[in-house]
Amino acid sequence: MSKKFDIFDILVGKPGDTDYGNKPVIIQGITGNFGSVHTRLMREYGTNIVAGVTPNKGGQTFEGIPVFDSVKDANKNLGAKISGIFVPAPFFLSAVKDAVNNGIKLLVAIPEHVPVRDAIEALEYAQTNGAKIIGPNTPGVIVPSVNKIGIMPSQPFTKGSTAVFSRSGTLMYEVSYHLSRQGIGQQIALGIGGDPINGTNLIEAFELISDRDEVESVVVVGEIGGDAEESLVQYIEKTGFSKPVVAYVAGRSAPKEKRMGHAGAIVYGNYGSAESKISSYSKVNIPVAKRPAEVPSILLKLMKLNKC
Amino acid sequence: MKLLEYQGKELFTEHDIAVPKSYLARNQSELNQIADKLQFPVVLKSQLTVGGRGKAGAILKCMKLEDLAPKFTELLNKEVKGELPKVILIEEAVNIDKELYLSLFLNRGKRSYSLISSAQGGMDIESVENKVIQDISITGLTQSDAENIAKKLNLDGVTAKSFSNIVIKLAKLVREKEAELAEINPLAILKDGTCLALDSKIIIDDNSLFRHPELRKYVQISELQEQAEKSGFSFVELDGNIAIIGNGAGLVMSTLDIVTDAGGKPGAFLDFGGRATTETIYKALEVISKLSKIKAILVNLFGGIVRTDLVAQAILNAYQDGMITVPIYARISGAESEKSKKMLSNSNAKLYDTVEEAISSLVQYKELSK
Repeated sequence: MSKKFDIFDILVGKPGDTDYGNKPVIIQGITGNFGSVHTRLMREYGTNIVAGVTPNKGGQTFEGIPVFDSVKDANKNLGAKISGIFVPAPFFLSAVKDAVNNGIKLLVAIPEHVPVRDAIEALEYAQTNGAKIIGPNTPGVIVPSVNKIGIMPSQPFTKGSTAVFSRSGTLMYEVSYHLSRQGIGQQIALGIGGDPINGTNLIEAFELISDRDEVESVVVVGEIGGDAEESLVQYIEKTGFSKPVVAYVAGRSAPKEKRMGHAGAIVYGNYGSAESKISSYSKVNIPVAKRPAEVPSILLKLMKLNKC
Repeated sequence: MKLLEYQGKELFTEHDIAVPKSYLARNQSELNQIADKLQFPVVLKSQLTVGGRGKAGAILKCMKLEDLAPKFTELLNKEVKGELPKVILIEEAVNIDKELYLSLFLNRGKRSYSLISSAQGGMDIESVENKVIQDISITGLTQSDAENIAKKLNLDGVTAKSFSNIVIKLAKLVREKEAELAEINPLAILKDGTCLALDSKIIIDDNSLFRHPELRKYVQISELQEQAEKSGFSFVELDGNIAIIGNGAGLVMSTLDIVTDAGGKPGAFLDFGGRATTETIYKALEVISKLSKIKAILVNLFGGIVRTDLVAQAILNAYQDGMITVPIYARISGAESEKSKKMLSNSNAKLYDTVEEAISSLVQYKELSK
């Protein structure tokens, strides 16, 4: 089996690294509407953005950050392993290949509306070359008080010991906000993405933190569509994953066969239904909050029980 | 995008998958034009995106010409799950020996395609028995892979050959048209042993449509939907009378659940996505204002970087322009919330600190139960 992908090593590093907590990041699509706004916000939060990429804009700078035509040009001497992808969906696949071919190991894929065929090809390409994609259609990943690669607001997140994995962007903020208000900070919050194909699915997200003692609990924010939650429950059963987990599932009242905003949020028959997901969770005694605001109190109760 | 049966069958024909001889009619005069070409018996099939047509009586067999017009009219006026057909497919009936099931779908968990086949077709996939589910590569499927699938269904001779050819062609269709699902149910075996697609269900990946100009003719959305999509919104019309607006699909779905739990009936889902500016909120309210059934609006907006006064301004503008008259219950977390509350104090809108508070006031609004 290949060595486990250590996301914290890439995002934060190890104590003693000269760039510990200050890992270099490249932003693909830095001069775009979204890319530029969020580059500014990421920097304010502490993300070390060392270069940007926009085809045909090589040689320019964006607020002091050098812009290159490609990751190939940008990453010659920087040694960056992280890229935030902000390019429009039709250019996603080529952006991924450029990054993977040139030293990037963690690709945070923000664009929405990436065709499934391109997403599958991008994932296969990344996997073959030992890189990992988060997303597409993800708000990104944040290690509170260290850095963030993505479009999430900073305010809801505080440093702490839980991990939040979410299939929805705003619900990741909402749930983290409620957790933070109750004094439960996050070691990491990671958006799985709202598309049918996810570079890092729920199981893989759990794998990222399963051996990490600093993460004491997990909050999984799910929604209708697909069978990610059902597969997660099988994984938890099989591996005996022992950290306390609280779940939430959005879309209990959504009609069938209607795409509810996210490309992946659609129920066919019982496939993808909230009932199926909630009943799966109950098989492994994972409590499911009825509302986002309920998550912290359920988690606190669970943590107390766990310590007894 | 879910294609109608006849549209899917057009793609089948393009890919050389046999379908029954058929005609389309939108109205009586189109029916008259084809009536004397028909070989009876024929089957009239209402073209709807919703499932369960058979059970709902939206597929009718017609034995003779005299029955054609009344049955046609019956189908044109028959609403199934709130949907009326725009066109009726009229197919010549065929002599069937046996019915099979075949589908190819995007297996999200596996991030690849899977094939489902069964020697028992004709019913809803969930009740299809003895399903064979296997992973396939839609790019590398070989003739011998396809023949093995035929073997698993105990097909032989002409039928095995015809079936495996269809498997290959269907994989090609899925690949070329970027379908998330292509289902043939039932796939009929005729007396001569060859296979014929009696129905079609195809779902195309919406996000790939930009590179499929040939499929654009199949896009059928309501004017309101179009308006919403142009503004970059996700909009779904629902059965009730409360419109729910927010930023983020998950958040709006979650709000839908809380409203439903509190006894309210959502009538619209609108996710306006990324940025909450005065203009986007105004546009979102404009879409909602076109739905006369909406009696109240719930706005649930989360974001650390949202300026709530910009949202409040949009709400005030919408009232002042007479675009909106129904009450608005809003939970907007973000900066300037005290200022926003003041701005809205003389309007028909009210700001709440939590979504739960907003919803508990909302469901007590008397007009909702009238």
